[in-house]
Amino acid sequence: MAAALIPTSPEEAASLFGEGKDVTVFGGGTILLPEIAAGRLHPTRALMLHKSGLDSLDTSGDVVRIGATTTLAALIDGTDDLLTRFAEHVGDGEVRRTATVGGNLCATPGIGAQRGDLGAPLIALGARVRSTGKGGERTEPVEDFLSGDRAGRLVLSIEYDRPNGNTACQMMRRRHAHSYAIVNVAVCETNGELRVGISGVGAMAVRARSVEQSRNPDDVLKDVEPVSDALASADYRRKMLPLLVRRALDQLESA
Amino acid sequence: MNLIVNGREHEITSPPLTPLLHVLREELEITSPKAGCQQGGCGTCTVLVDGEPRRSCLTAIATVDGASITTLEGLGEAESLSPVQAAFHELYAAQCGFCTPGMVVASTALLERVGGPVSREDVLEALGGHYCRCTGYVKIVDAVMAASRGEVGEVRDMPSPEDGEPDVTIKGSPA
Repeated sequence: MAAALIPTSPEEAASLFGEGKDVTVFGGGTILLPEIAAGRLHPTRALMLHKSGLDSLDTSGDVVRIGATTTLAALIDGTDDLLTRFAEHVGDGEVRRTATVGGNLCATPGIGAQRGDLGAPLIALGARVRSTGKGGERTEPVEDFLSGDRAGRLVLSIEYDRPNGNTACQMMRRRHAHSYAIVNVAVCETNGELRVGISGVGAMAVRARSVEQSRNPDDVLKDVEPVSDALASADYRRKMLPLLVRRALDQLESA
Repeated sequence: MNLIVNGREHEITSPPLTPLLHVLREELEITSPKAGCQQGGCGTCTVLVDGEPRRSCLTAIATVDGASITTLEGLGEAESLSPVQAAFHELYAAQCGFCTPGMVVASTALLERVGGPVSREDVLEALGGHYCRCTGYVKIVDAVMAASRGEVGEVRDMPSPEDGEPDVTIKGSPA
């Protein structure tokens, strides 16, 4: 049985995490707990973050700061922007009271589905991830965090400048509460600078830089290689992705 | 670790990463939360944690140490059903009954939060993650709305056939 480490401050959490060796980070546990209960996952040491004080949500200033263990329910209560639109579609209300923002950001693909809806809006919003691990604390753009070596990092918080431009989103999913996304597109334009985030089409959310430069929706396939899973085939995603990017850009223009 | 379940305090000896569902069913022998999908998808294990509905299968026991838990057993007795339970009974909202514990607990939380009549959309939002594989959703939604309007009377018995009424039992039917 796993040893449960229950830190009572962010500093203690960072110190218990160390460089992440033999540590399984347990946020809300909505992904991990069923795996552990079914005997498919045997963590040596589980770092349980519910008392770590990493759940602060600060929306009072020009920078929105979200602690890693903020629940999706608390995020929806406390914000009303592009990120909220995506958070509202994760699971149902009861799952969102347990699931955390950090856990959603770090979620790897599940059995037959891609996970982690919040990557796309966070990329579009130009969010930065503050994490600790080997080499100490660092803050980096969310797309760099997602494409880097996340295994040795403990997410502490996520922050973004309050969006003052236009935002738009397009989501495609099966019509029930627990279906993961087939395609997620989030776009944000601030002072003429366009940012495009895509999730649900592959293991991790990606930034579609080609579309940002050309504004041609078809270019999204230069940045993203869609995968097949139980929800949709790669071929279907390749057809739907440019369409949804086009709709999001049209929505942005008419906003 | 400690839990207050339906008003009674218990000391918990299960390991910290045990799902609340298993603690309730196996350590405390409180069996109304059902072990359905056990991955957060079906909603029949839903209980109230400090008044808020959550999936007990997705909740590690260490994360709710000291919390107050309400299960279906804490809502009403057979002789004095809660308004939602009475509405489910009167309006035939239970078929096989497997999803009923989660449906009733989540509906009770919705009614407490709203504090008055709820709309169909409110109910669909609150029960959106609860599966009824008998697909009896229409009567469930009707029952929750009726309970929210206080349209629940005495628990009625099923009408018995009057003298002289024809026997409608189908010959050879297991019923």
